Amino acid sequence: MKIKFGIKEVVATGIGTALFVVLTEVQIPLVIVPNTALQPRMAILSFLAAVFGPMVGALVGLLGHALGDALFYGSVWWSWVLPEAIVGIAIGLFRKRFGVKEGAFGKNAIIWFNIVQIIANAIAWVGAAPALDVAVYAEPSNKVFAQGALACLGNVIIIGVLGSILLAAYSKIAGKSSSLTKED
Amino acid sequence: MSKLISYEKKNTRIHELSGFTKLVFFILWCLTSALTYDTRILHIMVIIGACIYRLSGTSWKQVSTVFKAVMFFMLINLLCIFFFAPYQGCDIYKSRTDLADLFGNYSITAEQLFYEYNVMIKYFTVIPTIFIFLVTTDPSELAASMNGVGIPYTVSYAFSLALRYIPDLQGDFRKIRNAQEARGIEMSSKAGLMERIKRNASIISPLLFSSMDRIEVVSNAMELRGFGKKKKRSWYSKKKLAPADYAVIAFIIVFSAAVLIITYMDGSRFYNPFI
Repeated sequence: MKIKFGIKEVVATGIGTALFVVLTEVQIPLVIVPNTALQPRMAILSFLAAVFGPMVGALVGLLGHALGDALFYGSVWWSWVLPEAIVGIAIGLFRKRFGVKEGAFGKNAIIWFNIVQIIANAIAWVGAAPALDVAVYAEPSNKVFAQGALACLGNVIIIGVLGSILLAAYSKIAGKSSSLTKED
Repeated sequence: MSKLISYEKKNTRIHELSGFTKLVFFILWCLTSALTYDTRILHIMVIIGACIYRLSGTSWKQVSTVFKAVMFFMLINLLCIFFFAPYQGCDIYKSRTDLADLFGNYSITAEQLFYEYNVMIKYFTVIPTIFIFLVTTDPSELAASMNGVGIPYTVSYAFSLALRYIPDLQGDFRKIRNAQEARGIEMSSKAGLMERIKRNASIISPLLFSSMDRIEVVSNAMELRGFGKKKKRSWYSKKKLAPADYAVIAFIIVFSAAVLIITYMDGSRFYNPFI
């Protein structure tokens, strides 16, 4: 498979990363558990991956997470930066199926999108992130798996709701080639 | 509103180094700090970090907000480690010295304290280098240096675009948020979860869609100027490497290699004072 990284992808990565970083400051706290929050920036990542493909998804995940955390929190947790790319790549790979730009992001595509994002999040946050935490930072495994499971849940919710809303809305605007409708 | 760390022009030794040098230093330093759990080496790294911080002339005001945030997250992390795995230290250092009994199955052990102390000073090895890196590196020079370490120029250019657009988008974001709040969309925690997600959507979607337009405009402009036609590109802000740069690069390579050799020499990443 040929992965395209032309001018549009370069710009999408740049502005997308900036968007991801800016939205780092928006956090919706989950009421049940303290100190975990839904991150709307994840919805942006899923959106960009679904529209522009895996390469943009991966780079926005990597650069955005590293830069956002460095600028806002002053520390970069590398074991959580890499899994971000996994989510971006996974969603990006199924871009054709979503047909966002063709205006075809309907019920079927939403179901596909959510199946993909749930699997991707599970691999990234319940699999890769805790495994890297244990291997690189020697953190206790039950702690990092609990954190990972929470992060996974939060991301699945925010991408599932906000990501789907944004994609459906954009697909309606982008897909319209004209405002004319055919009369019977 | 949280204050971001940003580049500030000053005239110090650290500012004079090329972005390439600082990037290489930063990457190797983070890698070394992540891999070693040798307490002696971590102490040395904290001291070196503090010295570089002094040299860079960074004022406390530039970084204090973010520093407090890091401290907060660090404390939470240390507490979490204790509550999830009170005997992680005992597993690592293969011994157990009880100091005090807490409630239930929890008691404080010397090994656990020592392990968490290591986790803590790891933060202090990395924090100053991140601060210094962000405060002393000119963003457009950074893109040039990323290209210098072998990252394709398209990716480096995307990174420099990101740095360029963060302030713009932050401005847009605030305008949109203020406008929506003025229209009565409340962002506080009174509403339920779903309601809050929807309200966030009302801020994020205009921001996202205007960004999509911006992507269109900027990529057209770049296409007109022939971006991406050639295999290489030159950078306006690229600095030539000076002798000081070579010295710093040589130092960090030797340093990381030495640290890794010392750390792994006895077959374990951990320095064990309990044997």
